[in-house]
Amino acid sequence: MTEAKHVITMLVDNQPGVLARVVGLFSGRGFNIESLCVAETVNPEISRITLVTRADPLVMEQIQKQLRKLINVIKVRDMDKSKAVQREMALICVKAKPEHRAEVLRIVDIFRCKVVDTGTEHFIIEVTGDEGKLAAIINLLKPIGIKKIARTGIVALFREPK
Amino acid sequence: MKPIENTLTGAQILMTILQEEGVDTLFGFPGGAVIDIYDELARTPIQHILVRHEQGAVHAADGYARASGKVGVCLVTSGPGATNTVTGIASAYMDSIPLVIITGQVPTQLIGNDAFQEVDIVGITRPCTKHNYLVKRIEDLAQILKEAFYIARSGRPGPVLVDIPKDITKKRIAYTPVEPVRLKSYNPTYQPNLWQLEKVITLIREAQRPMIFAGGGVILSKGSSELTAFARKTSMPVTTSLMGMGAFPGTDPLCLGMIGMHGTYRANMATGACDLLIAVGVRFDDRVTGRTDAFAAQAKIVHIDIDPTSIRKNVQVSLPLVGDCRITLSELNRLIEAIDFGDLAEQRRSWLDQINQWKQTGALNYDQTTVIKPQYVVETLYHLTQGQAIITTEVGQNQMWAAQYYHFDHPDHFITSGGLGVMGFGLPAAIGAQVAQPGKLVVDIAGDGSIQMNIQEMATAIQYGLPVKVVILNNRYLGMVRQWQELFYDKRYACTNMEYAPDFVKLAEAYGALGLRATTPDQVESVLKQGLSSPQAAIMDFWVDREECVYPMVPAGATLTEMLLI
Ligand SMILES: Cc1ncc(C[n+]2csc(CCOP(=O)(O)OP(=O)(O)O)c2C)c(N)n1
Ligand SMILES: [Mg+2]
Repeated sequence: MTEAKHVITMLVDNQPGVLARVVGLFSGRGFNIESLCVAETVNPEISRITLVTRADPLVMEQIQKQLRKLINVIKVRDMDKSKAVQREMALICVKAKPEHRAEVLRIVDIFRCKVVDTGTEHFIIEVTGDEGKLAAIINLLKPIGIKKIARTGIVALFREPK
Repeated sequence: MKPIENTLTGAQILMTILQEEGVDTLFGFPGGAVIDIYDELARTPIQHILVRHEQGAVHAADGYARASGKVGVCLVTSGPGATNTVTGIASAYMDSIPLVIITGQVPTQLIGNDAFQEVDIVGITRPCTKHNYLVKRIEDLAQILKEAFYIARSGRPGPVLVDIPKDITKKRIAYTPVEPVRLKSYNPTYQPNLWQLEKVITLIREAQRPMIFAGGGVILSKGSSELTAFARKTSMPVTTSLMGMGAFPGTDPLCLGMIGMHGTYRANMATGACDLLIAVGVRFDDRVTGRTDAFAAQAKIVHIDIDPTSIRKNVQVSLPLVGDCRITLSELNRLIEAIDFGDLAEQRRSWLDQINQWKQTGALNYDQTTVIKPQYVVETLYHLTQGQAIITTEVGQNQMWAAQYYHFDHPDHFITSGGLGVMGFGLPAAIGAQVAQPGKLVVDIAGDGSIQMNIQEMATAIQYGLPVKVVILNNRYLGMVRQWQELFYDKRYACTNMEYAPDFVKLAEAYGALGLRATTPDQVESVLKQGLSSPQAAIMDFWVDREECVYPMVPAGATLTEMLLI
């Protein structure tokens, strides 16, 4: 059976140890985590965890069932791309020698990202988008020279009915 | 300090909740972090069984829970007291046994400082408890304890650990009783889906070679009589997992005995040949299924279980049914009541005949020659006790012979560490079972290796006048491992020889128990009679054939029907 990438979001009790339960379940059962993002919701008692995993359909079924079994997990959703908005943010620090500055700024413009820090030798660029957009800009910046990168991992929400 | 009115200390709150929850027995061992709790405990009517090792406390609580149908409760101190409970907790988790384990913890302000006897027991037991808690504020204590009991006994049961820092046991607050527990994120599904139930009936009607596979879930949900009625009404033979022994009467003609690696010939052959397998309260452990892709390959599988994660985890099923086993079976019984299955027994005749034939050709046989056969000891025990004893086991060959040669007609009579397979389980579990059922005969069928792992609990049995009986099938080997070495490692018996062992008769006497020994077959019955009829705790040491193997055997990873037979 073929593995596919899944974005799972869950609402959990905002308590110490809950993240450890979720992450421990993944490591203990041999499920994989590609990225993970955790933050409070509007209700401070509840946090949202967004997690990206790669799994075949049977494993994906187990992952969801096992997560639901955790006492502190309130809700689990498979954020199917067709029904959900998925976004990730990255901060990318690129080398910016004088001869490359124009090129970098042109890329920033095309991708509608922001320069949030600059110096004689670098730019830090803030970029938000779906997976494809991030992959594309990283690809373009690589030859120029990426010094550092920090990514948030994907967050996602289901679209509301129109 | 004089108590202020309407206030309680943490220790007093604990005692209050324990009594509200109907707890009359604790298994435990004291220490600095729980000294205030012990001080308070002495002022309640709750009975405390002082074990000799905290692992024993958890296994005893496990045996108690199974023999009483109640939640088993343990109390231990922080650090080493807590870590000593881990094996017991893991075993109870695998077998879905409802336990509440109270551990002491260092005072709140010292947590995280590597204080004396500090250990992160909540972290350590996270993957082997159903849930666990560190109590950080005394205001939360009562609520947490209530939740712990509720979670332990509801849904698929399991152990819940509550870690209580010492300062919280001493602190005092105004106490108000807590509301009944309701958890927004935990709501086990008890009622099966009606539409799915109807489909089961259709499958039963259509099947030519149906059978039932029952497990521990039937016993835990107290659904044995529903299962029995269901099987008899539909003329379906029943096999059980190790954990399901006694869920269906072992002496019923429809009983196939145990399935799996050391299952009966007829149970495994029937599983390979059936066209409908109704699995109830099982989780398809690898010791049950053998090669999963060849398991019940001709069958449509119906899987009834309260835990959705059990379904489609190891084997694919045609019809999943999430629900409590007892409720689901009684719903099925209600549906079939109206149906006339009159011709069903007739229709099943050739299937049942075939099974009977397997029963003849693949019977569990052994030759009782000049040395004592371990099977003979268990069989004699079965006859002498008329199948009415509560049997606990250690792990290894002894456990399998107990399952094969003692036939259980009632649930809650076979108490074994099924999922984790813990050597050293049987004696403390027998103690717990005896506490729960003082009037019953409780026998630990033991191996010479395993019994040495928690032998210290003999002192507990003696202290509380618990007349548990230990039957050692003494082969002076770690027999089950030796069997694998014999069959799959060219008889290289690496580190399985157990010739250096204590004299178990003298050891029994040293503890103040009765010690007896049989070295020849003709002594077996009289030793058993003497040991069982004594009002004392007893160790009976049977010198059995050293190199006897457990058969049938399905080699690990092979198909169930590929059994080695003697
Ligand atoms: C705590 C623990 N350690 C190791 C094992 C592995 N093991 C399984 S059966 C067995 C041999 C048990 O020997 P004994 O108690 O003499 O029983 P026998 O098989 O000889 O009846 C061993 C070592 C285990 N199940 N549990
Ligand atoms: Mg042995």
